[in-house]
Amino acid sequence: MACMELNQVKTKGRLAGKTALITGAARGQGAVEAAMFAREGARVLVCDVLDEGGQAVADAINSDHGQGTAVFCRLDVSREPDWVQAIGLASETFGSLNVVVNNAGVLSPETITETTVETWDRMVAVNAAGPFLGIKHAVPAMRRVGGGSIVNVASVSAITAGKLGAAYHASKGAIRSLARSAAVQLAGDSIRVNTVFPGPVDTPMLRETYGPSHLSRFDTQHPMGRMAMPEEIAHGVLFLASDESSYMTGSELVIDGGWTAQ
Amino acid sequence: MKLKGKVAVISGAAGAMGAVEAKLFAQEGAKVLLGDLVEEDGNRVAGEIEASGGQALFHRLDVTKESDWVAAIAAAEERFGPVDVLINNAGVYRTTVIDQTTVADWDDIMAINARGVFLGTKCVIPSMRRAGAGSIVNISSTAGLVGNAVEGAYTASKGAVRMFSKAAAIHYAAEGIRVNSVHPGVIDTKMVEHLMADPELGPLVMSKIPMGRMGTAAEVAKMVLFLASDDSSYTTGSELVVDGGYSAQ
Repeated sequence: MACMELNQVKTKGRLAGKTALITGAARGQGAVEAAMFAREGARVLVCDVLDEGGQAVADAINSDHGQGTAVFCRLDVSREPDWVQAIGLASETFGSLNVVVNNAGVLSPETITETTVETWDRMVAVNAAGPFLGIKHAVPAMRRVGGGSIVNVASVSAITAGKLGAAYHASKGAIRSLARSAAVQLAGDSIRVNTVFPGPVDTPMLRETYGPSHLSRFDTQHPMGRMAMPEEIAHGVLFLASDESSYMTGSELVIDGGWTAQ
Repeated sequence: MKLKGKVAVISGAAGAMGAVEAKLFAQEGAKVLLGDLVEEDGNRVAGEIEASGGQALFHRLDVTKESDWVAAIAAAEERFGPVDVLINNAGVYRTTVIDQTTVADWDDIMAINARGVFLGTKCVIPSMRRAGAGSIVNISSTAGLVGNAVEGAYTASKGAVRMFSKAAAIHYAAEGIRVNSVHPGVIDTKMVEHLMADPELGPLVMSKIPMGRMGTAAEVAKMVLFLASDDSSYTTGSELVVDGGYSAQ
């Protein structure tokens, strides 16, 4: 029974028949993306270092969309063996891999003089090496199915700077350039690589980093006067993951309520 | 349906890209006013939409004339209600080497591609205020992002569209009116037929597209739909490139 369900391919939705790996999917924006992808017909490998939350996200998707729609896999994006295992699991479980969303990220709001080498290394390991390893190991799996779509989640911090979080800015700037390079390199393989640049999004990451009082600055300094909801970012990620964006590669989708247009 | 019940105005809707946008929008539930100079083609596209169960109305529109815009927006509002979506799609493409470009050519290109977008935006704002919110999508080009040797005036006009869109986005954000620009690369339409048929320029342009092919009007229209719809509710002042990797290099 379980096997039959696993082999069912959904025929409806904007990602019908596709399989997607999403990192940082245990909570916040990644969890919203995973649920939205499943609703649009994808089977999803929910990846995160948070075992309990990740399993809960996969369980909720399976209870909404049928057993076998989602599987949780522990993945520390900074570790290459973890990626090898996750990509292998996606291919084994779902038979193919069409979409990777490099969504996992960490934020540390220090000034440059406060930033330790440990913090710098961690930002770069998760935010930059993570997507690099994801692309590197997704490519062979995507070549086997004739192409794919890789969506990187950077940040407006890759475009414009604030006073805090120099290491975060640097790591997000790295993804931006990496994604363009990968796009040009992989276009001939029909593998598209695009990047989403969210402004402030109302997620646990931001709330834990800044606290509620500090968050109000996003309302006063913003053209739209509010933070984004995770769904508003996920819709952009979905568009880039789907075939609707078939002529887009190396592109940058800024979803920031007008923040960087100023 | 992504645009259910929304009223959309599309300029240049008799041309290849505009017609595909109009048909896609109608399929997604929008009531569409098609503006264009070419009355016969515009009426035909509107007729095709109506025949397949959609709602469409053609209105003659010279995007360089303010009075034409006022009349077109009024016609859309009278027939369908306040305007929710405006696609500034009309444009003209000419290859012009700078030292051989006449002032008349320059003025013509700037009037259609840049003044047209300004006037459309200006004239739709009161209607969008009555609608309570809105989304304006301006069709720029990769030529609005990167330079090239043979499109001096065109590049300038598309650069104007890019930056105007950001200024308008900031100005109207608080009113719930979003403004974004789309930057198509080489799209397989009549507009670039001449360029791509050139024995020297055609293969040169093609060799610079990482995906190795031109885009289709439908591929651009899907991006325009995303920006027109509420799926992009936090996106404003953004520039969306649909170019097969051309400008990422």
